[in-house]
Amino acid sequence: MTVLSTRGLSVSFDGHPILTDVDLDIRGGELVVLVGPNGAGKTTLLGVLSGDVDPSGGKVTLDDKVLASYAARELARKRAVQLQKQGLAFGFRVHEVVRMGRSPWHRTEREDDDDRVVAESMERADVTDLADRLYPTLSGGEQARTSFARLLAQETPVLMLDEPTAALDIRHQESLLAVARSAAQAGAAVVVVLHDLSLAAAYADRICVLSRGRVRANGSPTDVLTSALLTEVYEHPVEVITHGGNLLVVPVRSRVTTETSTETEEVRCATPWPHA
Amino acid sequence: MTAAVAEHQRAGIRAIAGRIGLLGGLTIALLVALVFAAGHGQLDVPPSEVLGSLMHRIGLDIGPMPHHPQGENTLWQVRFPRVVMAALAGACLATAGALMQGVFGNPLAEPGVVGVSAGAAVAAATAIVFELTFAGTWTVAICAFIGGLVTTTLVYVMSRDGGRTEVVTLVLTGIAINAMTSAGLAFLMFLGDTQAREEIVFWTLGSLNGSRWQYVGVVFPMALVGIAAAMYLAPKLDLLALGDRAARHVGVDVERLRMSTIVVVAVLTAAAVAFCGIISFIGLIVPHLIRMVAGPGHRLLVPASALGGAVLLVLADLWARTLVAYADLPIGMLTALVGGPFFFWLIRRARRTAGGWA
Repeated sequence: MTVLSTRGLSVSFDGHPILTDVDLDIRGGELVVLVGPNGAGKTTLLGVLSGDVDPSGGKVTLDDKVLASYAARELARKRAVQLQKQGLAFGFRVHEVVRMGRSPWHRTEREDDDDRVVAESMERADVTDLADRLYPTLSGGEQARTSFARLLAQETPVLMLDEPTAALDIRHQESLLAVARSAAQAGAAVVVVLHDLSLAAAYADRICVLSRGRVRANGSPTDVLTSALLTEVYEHPVEVITHGGNLLVVPVRSRVTTETSTETEEVRCATPWPHA
Repeated sequence: MTAAVAEHQRAGIRAIAGRIGLLGGLTIALLVALVFAAGHGQLDVPPSEVLGSLMHRIGLDIGPMPHHPQGENTLWQVRFPRVVMAALAGACLATAGALMQGVFGNPLAEPGVVGVSAGAAVAAATAIVFELTFAGTWTVAICAFIGGLVTTTLVYVMSRDGGRTEVVTLVLTGIAINAMTSAGLAFLMFLGDTQAREEIVFWTLGSLNGSRWQYVGVVFPMALVGIAAAMYLAPKLDLLALGDRAARHVGVDVERLRMSTIVVVAVLTAAAVAFCGIISFIGLIVPHLIRMVAGPGHRLLVPASALGGAVLLVLADLWARTLVAYADLPIGMLTALVGGPFFFWLIRRARRTAGGWA
């Protein structure tokens, strides 16, 4: 069932088009990964889907209702968002930050579950050990995991994550996406912006490739992640290989000889202080 | 998992106990400070007689009456209105500080520092110079409220960027606003007659001298409404700490919350400024100390700041009028004297912990 859909969506900032004519359907029970080069419009698209960015044209609906017509609290019960950067103005503790995810359910009967949900969410995001730490003193990766726990605590049918793995180590990258995937299997619609294409291949049900503000391809990882398409979109030769049943996306590196690296070093020596 | 839940419940109970302990402790401290401060001054009345006088007034024949012939009069005409006014003004300023810090996402925001108090004072001075009396005793308070509202909105519009306010921008905005309000006050002093001039000077220095019951009657409802509204807004201010976008994602109508907070800050600042003048730094020091003890959660921070601010200003006022015999030092001067260095320390700390001027 389609939960979130856009038709003819376009966004422009200062007359500069960021997204053009984007049609996208996201169904419950699937994990959709948005990929694309820098400036392709991934974050903007996620911003539109989460209701942060007003589209300049086209239509966005959530559960067959126009997104803009939702009140803030009603929307917060439908979708949770993890942003790329998470700041916090005051020194709250990790468990307090996770509990903030429960606020859309205050004064409803689901409030009774707060303690259980907060504990479970911290467990799933692997931040239980950090529960009493002050959020601003955490490392970037720990902050990202805390934000992920907050997103889980919100218990919404739609989850949106903007580069959630950027600051994470390999173990936590895998476990975060595994949790996101299990949420999708439990019926949630999950949208994730990722840069790591191999990671996208491993966890996505569907990959949507954006390029210059348009949907360039949209389909299963095996259909979309082809050498030809990625080479064109990323303007860099890219190889796709299969290893042990996994798709691996590898950029073709031509200049990795020792000779070249000496050359670059020489160039660097020629201008020791390029910014001086 | 169940162990974790049980642990959290225990932590929850501890938190509630701590909350009651802090608020209870501050309430007791406030009552003691009020009785003690009411008894002290040029004419000393022992605490037992202060209590006795209070008891007799509410119809209970308990405790001794003041033995000095002028004791009873001094208490009821001068001291009680003054200490009550100090408590109200302190509570208002500290609460306004806590709210502003929450809405600006910056621990250095304070009505005095960013010029909101000065803006309210300009409007109030306008009412004095032009002898406006459209609403009786309320005239000055209403003008102060409008002035406070305009300046808070101005500071807010000028200093916010991308959902947060940087320390530098905020402080510089405060300098600009304070410069403009000083010009406004100077112009009003130039326009006014000698009596108006004296009143304006008294304001910029801040003093609780001359507090009367009829003024308390104006300030009390404003403080009550303001603090009640602040308590209502408090839980949502926690979420605002996540930043604008993330706060919206967890269901906060950010614009509406900000606007209502600004109105509440203006009400509270006006209540404090209308009859007591500019008393700065209370809103900076008190919420900061409370945060150090009880953490940044606004549910506890707001009421604890209100009580703490009341205690602090009652004691500061006692100090102001007893430090030098037969002299009533301006309270704004004293709070600035102590608050200034504290502000220095906060700026240095903010710079260190935020890794720059974040």
